[in-house]
Amino acid sequence: MITFPILSLMTFLPLLGAFFIFLLRGDEKSVAANARIVALLVSLVTFGISLYMYAGFNGALPGFQFVENHPWLPGFNIHYKMGVDGISVFFILLSTLLTPICVLASWDSVKTRVREYMMAFMILETTMLGMFSALDLVLFYVFFEAVLIPMYLIIGVWGGKNRVYAAFKFFLYTLLGSVLLLIAILAIYHQTGTTDIPALMSSAIPPDMQKWLFLAFLASFAVKVPMWPVHTWLPDAHVEAPTAGSVILAGVLLKMGGYGFLRLSLPILPVASHYFVPLIFGLSVIAVIYTSLVALVQEDMKKLIAYSSIAHMGFVTIGIFAMTTQAVEGGMFVMLSHGIVSAALFLCVGVVYDRLHTREIARYGGLVKNMPVYAAIFMIFMLASVGLPATSGFVGEFLVLVGAFKVSTLTTFLAATGVVLGAAYMLYLYKRVVFGEIVHDDVRKMKDVGPREIAIFVPLIALVFWMGIYPTSFIAPMAPAIEKVITRYDSANHIVPHTPTGIATPEGR
Amino acid sequence: MHLQLETVAVFAPLLGGAIAGLFGKKIGDKAANFVTCTLMLASAGSAIALFYDILLKHDPRTVQLFTWISSGALNVSWALRFDQLATVMVAVVTVVSTCVHFYSIGYMAHDKARARFTAYLSLFTFAMLMLVTADNLVQLFFGWEGVGLMSYLLIGFWNEKESANSAAIKAFVMNRIGDFGLALGLMATFFLFHSLDFKDIFAHAAEMQNATIMFLGHGFGALNLICALLFVGAMGKSAQLGLHTWLPDAMEGPTPVSALIHAATMVTAGVFMVARMSPLYEYAVDVRMFITIMGGLTAFIAATIAITQFDIKRVIAYSTMSQLGYMFFALGVSAYSAAIFHLFTHAFFKALLFLGSGSVIHAMGGEQDMRKMGGLYKKIPHTYVMMWIGSLALAGIPLFAGYYSKDMILEADFARMGHVAHFAWVLGVAAAFLTAFYSWRLIFMTFHGKPRADKHTMDHVHESPPVMLVPLYVLATGATFGGWAFRKFFVGRMRFKFWGKSLFVLKGDNVISMAEHIPSWAGHAPAVVGVTGILVAFWLYMKATKVPGKIVKAFKPVHSLLFNKWYFDEIYHALGVVPAFVVGRILWKTGDGKIIDGLGPDGVARVVAKGSRETSKVETGYVYHYAFAMLLGVVAFITAYIFCVQR
Repeated sequence: MITFPILSLMTFLPLLGAFFIFLLRGDEKSVAANARIVALLVSLVTFGISLYMYAGFNGALPGFQFVENHPWLPGFNIHYKMGVDGISVFFILLSTLLTPICVLASWDSVKTRVREYMMAFMILETTMLGMFSALDLVLFYVFFEAVLIPMYLIIGVWGGKNRVYAAFKFFLYTLLGSVLLLIAILAIYHQTGTTDIPALMSSAIPPDMQKWLFLAFLASFAVKVPMWPVHTWLPDAHVEAPTAGSVILAGVLLKMGGYGFLRLSLPILPVASHYFVPLIFGLSVIAVIYTSLVALVQEDMKKLIAYSSIAHMGFVTIGIFAMTTQAVEGGMFVMLSHGIVSAALFLCVGVVYDRLHTREIARYGGLVKNMPVYAAIFMIFMLASVGLPATSGFVGEFLVLVGAFKVSTLTTFLAATGVVLGAAYMLYLYKRVVFGEIVHDDVRKMKDVGPREIAIFVPLIALVFWMGIYPTSFIAPMAPAIEKVITRYDSANHIVPHTPTGIATPEGR
Repeated sequence: MHLQLETVAVFAPLLGGAIAGLFGKKIGDKAANFVTCTLMLASAGSAIALFYDILLKHDPRTVQLFTWISSGALNVSWALRFDQLATVMVAVVTVVSTCVHFYSIGYMAHDKARARFTAYLSLFTFAMLMLVTADNLVQLFFGWEGVGLMSYLLIGFWNEKESANSAAIKAFVMNRIGDFGLALGLMATFFLFHSLDFKDIFAHAAEMQNATIMFLGHGFGALNLICALLFVGAMGKSAQLGLHTWLPDAMEGPTPVSALIHAATMVTAGVFMVARMSPLYEYAVDVRMFITIMGGLTAFIAATIAITQFDIKRVIAYSTMSQLGYMFFALGVSAYSAAIFHLFTHAFFKALLFLGSGSVIHAMGGEQDMRKMGGLYKKIPHTYVMMWIGSLALAGIPLFAGYYSKDMILEADFARMGHVAHFAWVLGVAAAFLTAFYSWRLIFMTFHGKPRADKHTMDHVHESPPVMLVPLYVLATGATFGGWAFRKFFVGRMRFKFWGKSLFVLKGDNVISMAEHIPSWAGHAPAVVGVTGILVAFWLYMKATKVPGKIVKAFKPVHSLLFNKWYFDEIYHALGVVPAFVVGRILWKTGDGKIIDGLGPDGVARVVAKGSRETSKVETGYVYHYAFAMLLGVVAFITAYIFCVQR
């Protein structure tokens, strides 16, 4: 049966857009203006296609949908295979939503090499979408690595003063990971003779080999998450990246690690995943507490939010590796919520950065006086980040902790302290930036958010509340795919799942 | 569409808050006040109708709204559970809140952000209503955090003031520490019951009496563990000793906020929660003992602090903490109905006292220090009378509301056998003496004696407008007749029908019934010490006015301890706040900077990047680097592949 290749269309449309922008000719000003418009239109159409795709997506099925399969390197049994399930579909939507927002956020603030900038974003979108829909390990690897090229350029070319250092750090960390990931993929291919991800999900790789492969995957994914102690590239990358770069970095790129774990490590290497749970829990708990404390003393807004991202990602890895229904769904939900909230927080920083060209917290203060709308918007995302119930931030963290409690009370207990620390550093940030007397004269002249900026924030605010008040729309479609991963994990490790309903007798545990 | 009373009672304040908050600038302060007050009236009206329906006609019900979180076995919905307990709370919250809304029109008349203020008040009320009408623990947690948030916003309402901002953060973070316990309690509950719905939990509580949970490597009695963790949450929200330091600082907010949040509603959330969870607490005997002790200590220690404070609002704040202590030790001895009765009467007289003190502050042009007051009773006679009524009720003087409820608590406590209960009883009676003492110390220092304010201030002292006084009259009515009128329902002969199944007490253990048989000296003790307290205050602050100073001098260390609130703030600052920042800085500079970066990327960078940095342009340099990396990858790929194939 030949189906319409909607995933490929969606994936490569931005690339086509990039090519079109490349062809733009004329004086610098008109090229820049046209590049912006083309990028916005293309990304909006891509978003539309992704919504159309989601409308046809059946959330009750655990398997992959809209599958496209063509031989790529026939001699090696490597295919161009695309498809989405309940796990990847939301990351695709997140990417297609955030790209037009990034284009809009860069509308006025990027003034040099606008054409190349927009091209970079279009290429970035293609690689992200390809990565999330690839169902062949080699194809996945190509996209996974390719994502980083435009990201490099965005930081390295359009970044701040220390972009050299930041891009270099980013490079060093990922280099190690990508080599090991490649070797692991090679070894899997050698062992099983296939790189087909759905097929590998039911393969049986010997447990000892699984452990080595797991560590190789971990080397790559842990950097992306980022997990402690390979996280130090993130604060620098965020600080140096332009606003839109930070948005896409926090919003989508940090999810690549979690997605990798959930898509590859756990289903393909279930035994090793189980074996390394204590390691992952340990690193995650350290990440939550360590980075929360570090966030408390930051003097740079972007650094603070970057460190808070690491803490939130700690919840993700705890949730994913706890491998109970609530925890994994919670981990997924934290990723989606963080994708929206941290992106919005970086946009909030961008708003004031555009006006005062500094990220130093001490240079602000008293913004609420002249920027009440901004203060309210910032407040909403700050609270969502803190995990207040009825915002998206709560649902995910709550489910992670509820689910992880069954597996390790100590992990849950320690991770939950992050909730207290999270409130402390975010409120402290908010107080220093928004509240208080105005002490700097230039702050007094700052204008409140304009219509373009409000247009950027409104959909994000709506999502924060939608996800917080009626999360079922998001959890229900991902549940079957997650259940499949959990079932495989449990059967590979001979875990008898907790009685899902009814009351267990106390003697039973 | 048919509008239900339940929905109106809970969602009218949300609507009002949303309108005033989002469109306050457009419609203006007056319209915002009008909208919120009207909707609060609608809410309170519905609540009173429901009170009649549910409590007097015994017809509890639950309104299901829609699914909230559904993940595997975890299913919780947004719902409005109107059983007897919830209905009492809804009535108290909405009535007091309506009074506060109206009062604020006058009190905040000169403020720049009236629409925002009234929006916050309404949203706060909504959060509290969601808390008390929850039919599962997660919605309760929503309300719980919601009131925490709104109190953060209201305490920090005057957000250009540094002290207000700090107090707001302190309140939120302190509450979060409590919420941390509550959240763990939720998790343990789900672990044990596979559900967070009250009906499932309560139905299976008895079966779980002997269950154990492994927690942090130790086996605990499951219900004791859950109840202890939940109680940590209650300690935070209800300002019990240890997690109380945010409450007095919360007085940074405008006075109506103090009346609403820190007297009548938010701080009672902990008391409500324990009563709500009574089917679990009944089996958690050890935890209830702990609650009794904590309640007794809180009641006493807060009262000792109150007698030394000079800020009129702080005195009342500590008195709130002390009264919450009473409620908790009532809960500890299974006198749930007495605790809720005291919550009910306390809401009226404490709101009255706070709003009355607000009226004093308003008259004094913002002055809160009692040392700068005195001789006000002729100038603001209405307020003066209101403060008397509030104080009489607070001190538990017969016929006033507080008498019936406080007496009931102490009697129930006395009736309960055992050292713990009697320990709490002694502390409670001592606190009753101190309560009467500091209440009249406040009255005498504020209203009597020679004016200590300057002439300019005294000339401007004026009685508050009717919009502020009428709410005081309403509350005063409650503070006067609330105890007498409702006694038979809450703790009297009608109590079983009144409460229905909403409060659970183990069979054959009804401490309220036992309280009728205690010796008469024990029954009269609270009222006697109360009157004594008033007389002592009269002697010290009206007659022998030099004596208090001498006492302070003679007992300098004790006074310093009390005046400085037992140094809780200083200890927490030194042990909690300072280390967090120091450790954070060390982890950042040394951990991230020197160790991870120093050994990792920076170390490598020093070696690799030496040459390339100068020679190549930034951009091309990095594309080059990346290409190099890819090349390395490909080389490794090919090498390994050849190696594998050859094997």
